[in-house]
Amino acid sequence: MTGREAGGPGARGSEAGGSAAADPAGAGPGPVGIVLVSHSAAVAASVADLARGLAAGGPVAPVAAAGGTADGGLGTSAELILAAAREVDRGAGIALLVDLGSAVLTVKALLEDDELPPGARLVDAPFVEGATAAVVAASAGASLEAVASAAGEAYSYRKN
Amino acid sequence: MRDADFFRRWMVATAAVVEREADRLTELDSPIGDADHGSNLMRGFTAVRAALNKDTPAAPGAVLQHAGRTLISTVGGASGPLYGTLLRRTGKELGDAAEVSDEDFRGALDAGVGAVARLGGAAPGDKTMLDALIPGVAALGTSYRAAADAAEGGALATVPMRAHKGRASYLGERSVGHQDPGATSSALLLGALADVADGLL
Repeated sequence: MTGREAGGPGARGSEAGGSAAADPAGAGPGPVGIVLVSHSAAVAASVADLARGLAAGGPVAPVAAAGGTADGGLGTSAELILAAAREVDRGAGIALLVDLGSAVLTVKALLEDDELPPGARLVDAPFVEGATAAVVAASAGASLEAVASAAGEAYSYRKN
Repeated sequence: MRDADFFRRWMVATAAVVEREADRLTELDSPIGDADHGSNLMRGFTAVRAALNKDTPAAPGAVLQHAGRTLISTVGGASGPLYGTLLRRTGKELGDAAEVSDEDFRGALDAGVGAVARLGGAAPGDKTMLDALIPGVAALGTSYRAAADAAEGGALATVPMRAHKGRASYLGERSVGHQDPGATSSALLLGALADVADGLL
């Protein structure tokens, strides 16, 4: 685990936090939560670490990885996604970033049926760059709209 | 009129045919996919069969919604949300009536296919399950057997198509010449429906 959860020093683990980076008094909802869905558990966990690491410097918004299938194979698990979403939900919305294929379709199917917590949103963004932008923005106290926009902007950064 | 048990038998028959054809589905998925379609669908429909045999909901719509939800949570590949959405949307359209007419079912399945198209963003001719489902549902007005035959024909017609969705699309022209595994399993689904409707199962 890299970085601290928003909620300040002492906040640890998935149940920690609750007070927003933007609202240290804890009077409003916490930061936007980020869920990273990849076909691979290793990819999801590593991208989460990378994004947390690059966002570090203050309290970091809650990030959860939902990678691979429940039995550890390559693929997508609806149950892991739902658990990750519940884990990072602080009441300010949840941005889900996905890699490809079944990761995209499973999140869409779950949203379609209102199975994810209220305020959950599939963000259209490149996975690694978008995740980093989303975690940095969320950790700075950005709204779900602003987090989604920051992640989506990663598409416009050309590398050549 | 069709009751909940008709739809349960459809799902059980699908599980049996997917089990029987799993190796062929995976074989079709090897040159253009990631060689898991047969095993993924078998895991999903085996779970559906177990869930429905343990506890069959009283309404046709609830049977299909339960089956769809089970597929989404057990398959692990793209076929999970796609078939899950097909059955769930169809089930929702059927509402909570204890029995449904063939005509109501036809309209509901048509809505289910529309939901699959929206979810995957595919169009006819993209070499996907829609290429079997769309002609299949269109022929449902004639008979269940006609729907199964049309879906089978639709699956065969995917051979010369170039894939525009999913992993196969990365292969470009090299996806041509292979039958689409998803269209093939969709034909199996409608084949199982015809077998149950014809009283063969």
